[in-house]
Amino acid sequence: MSQLTTADKKRLLRNMLYARRFEERCYEAYVERKIGGFLHLYPGQEACAHGVIEAARPGHDYVITGYRDHVHAILCGAPPKEVMAELFGKETGSSKGRGGSMHIFDVAHRFMGGYALVGGPFPLAVGIAKGIKLKGGDEISMCFLGDAANNQGSFHESLNMAKVWELPVLFVCENNLYGIGTRIDRSTAVLDQYKRVCGYDMPSNQVDGQDIDIVYAAAQEAIEHVRSGKGPYFLELMTYRYRGHSMSDSNAYRAKEEEQEWNKRDPIYILRDRLIAAGELTADEYSDLDKDILQEIETDAIKYSEESPEPKIEDLEKYVLAENDPYVHGGPK
Amino acid sequence: MAELMYWEAIRRAHDEEMARDPLVIAMGEDIGVAGGTYKATQGLYDKYGPERIIDTPISENGYTGVGIGASFLGVRPVIEIMSVNFAWLALDQIANSAAKVRYMSGGQLTAPVVVRTPGGTAHQLGAQHSARMEKVFMGIAGLRVVTPSTPKQAYGLLKAGIRCNDPVLINEHELMYNMKGDVPDAEYFHPLEGSDIARPGKDVTLFGYNISVHWCLQAAEILASQHGISAEVIDLYSLSPLDRAGIADSISKTHRAIVVEEAEAIVGVGSEVMAIINETCFYELDTAPVRVSAAHVPIPFNHTLEKAAIPNANDVVKAVLVMFGKA
Ligand SMILES: Cc1ncc(C[n+]2csc(CCOP(=O)(O)OP(=O)(O)O)c2C)c(N)n1
Ligand SMILES: [Mg+2]
Repeated sequence: MSQLTTADKKRLLRNMLYARRFEERCYEAYVERKIGGFLHLYPGQEACAHGVIEAARPGHDYVITGYRDHVHAILCGAPPKEVMAELFGKETGSSKGRGGSMHIFDVAHRFMGGYALVGGPFPLAVGIAKGIKLKGGDEISMCFLGDAANNQGSFHESLNMAKVWELPVLFVCENNLYGIGTRIDRSTAVLDQYKRVCGYDMPSNQVDGQDIDIVYAAAQEAIEHVRSGKGPYFLELMTYRYRGHSMSDSNAYRAKEEEQEWNKRDPIYILRDRLIAAGELTADEYSDLDKDILQEIETDAIKYSEESPEPKIEDLEKYVLAENDPYVHGGPK
Repeated sequence: MAELMYWEAIRRAHDEEMARDPLVIAMGEDIGVAGGTYKATQGLYDKYGPERIIDTPISENGYTGVGIGASFLGVRPVIEIMSVNFAWLALDQIANSAAKVRYMSGGQLTAPVVVRTPGGTAHQLGAQHSARMEKVFMGIAGLRVVTPSTPKQAYGLLKAGIRCNDPVLINEHELMYNMKGDVPDAEYFHPLEGSDIARPGKDVTLFGYNISVHWCLQAAEILASQHGISAEVIDLYSLSPLDRAGIADSISKTHRAIVVEEAEAIVGVGSEVMAIINETCFYELDTAPVRVSAAHVPIPFNHTLEKAAIPNANDVVKAVLVMFGKA
């Protein structure tokens, strides 16, 4: 297992901070009514996606997730300005404005999409793994979903099939303790999600999802297992989202004390403070980094999104079905 | 031209496509070692092995989603759902994933899966094994729905469905798997859009699809030989999209329409065809179109009640005679 170098950690710190600021900027744009619809933000959970995808091969391995998908897409290689333009509903967006926040796709970078039906991506991830196996590649399929998604039938159906067919799929459960406003102990018989997969004879692990060093180490082990052909793996990351479930959620169901406890374990600050303590970073460097990121988001993502055109109304029915498919008319002539 | 049974035609299409392309696979309950409930994959497990002829657990939504996910990577899965009644469980993946992914990804991803399933009423299988769901699938944008009435169509539609880049739902019929018919010896792709004139005529158009095409043909024969009425039979093998031009052409010729469907009238093929007639050729009509449809009931077990719930050729004849003022 490889260790993260100082350079890696600095890059990850920048990326996590970028993700945080990107999401906060989405919040502002939503308040400014530049973004509509549902918007689910990621602050608090950054170490999960960053730690796991760092241990994988982004752009080579396949990633699929739910509606809280902006950061996962960017980590696979989706240009942030295209993700932002998608939230603005623009033609230049990742999904040409047809998808929106919950449906970012960047297939060229093997980000296979964000899906809005809770539990919907589980079988799709297993199918991607089946496709990998049939084609004989060394990629893996990674499925990032929340804790509450595990109460869908699709979770159980998918874990079972992944194991029966020994497919290269890693299930990452970002356990933030809530499904919208319902705390896990009110909806779920077994609180430790990693224990639930023992019914499928699948290796699993549960680790602190706020500390990227820990996430990275656990992810390496999980990915090594999956990539070496030993079958599926389930990794549970204990984490917390800072904001409401989506923009329409006031978060009133959570105790302030609980929020404060988790705020003390901010994934970005944990890494920042570790680098500062090691003498690898100064507080000034960090605040310069932050300013730099804020600037970059404005001049790159926001400007691009604001200036991009809307899709054309004439194109309303484009992308419903394949265009000019010869088999629709009896095969190639 | 060989005479094949409907199931043999489907099996042949699987076999040819799997022999040609290693990424064509089939999956479903009991399709492998057991050979398939209706023999559509008989012998193929031995030929192609368990990685490509996949016996799935009883997880309709799950394995349909697995097929869809695999199709994202260029795999061409033929997903068998043992009975259309079980497809209710798979609707999430069919409607929310397969049908929408092209659109919501702005054309980046497509789900080129075929979902094959027998959808019709057989003999005394009871309410939970007798559903007809074509009306449900027809309403889903991004999904093609076809329904073969002959072995030739069963073969050619599956071949075309596998090659097509859209998700295609093929609505088969439990009572039709043993039906015989000519299938070309040469490879053949049936169009996924349009309609066929199953029997030309000039006085009235009988619109049918899948099994009801046969009721229409029987009725047309009776009408010609006993009542001097020349009925045209249009086979709507494509239910989505429906062939608006073909429907209008026939009405422009016969000026009378009867839609015959095995399913309930409500929000069904008949209502849709009648709406298309209204929109495209209303002034060609000599009289109001009529539907011959199933009763709006869960299908009863009792044989007599079951027969009463589902239309047949005589019902079609009667409807035509009423339309012509002869009954
Ligand atoms: C099938 C389905 N049911 C309900 C919803 C509404 N819904 C959206 S997110 C959510 C909670 C999911 O929680 P979890 O899986 O823990 O993910 P998190 O939002 O915490 O990341 C619910 C109930 C939905 N989108 N899809
Ligand atoms: Mg949650």
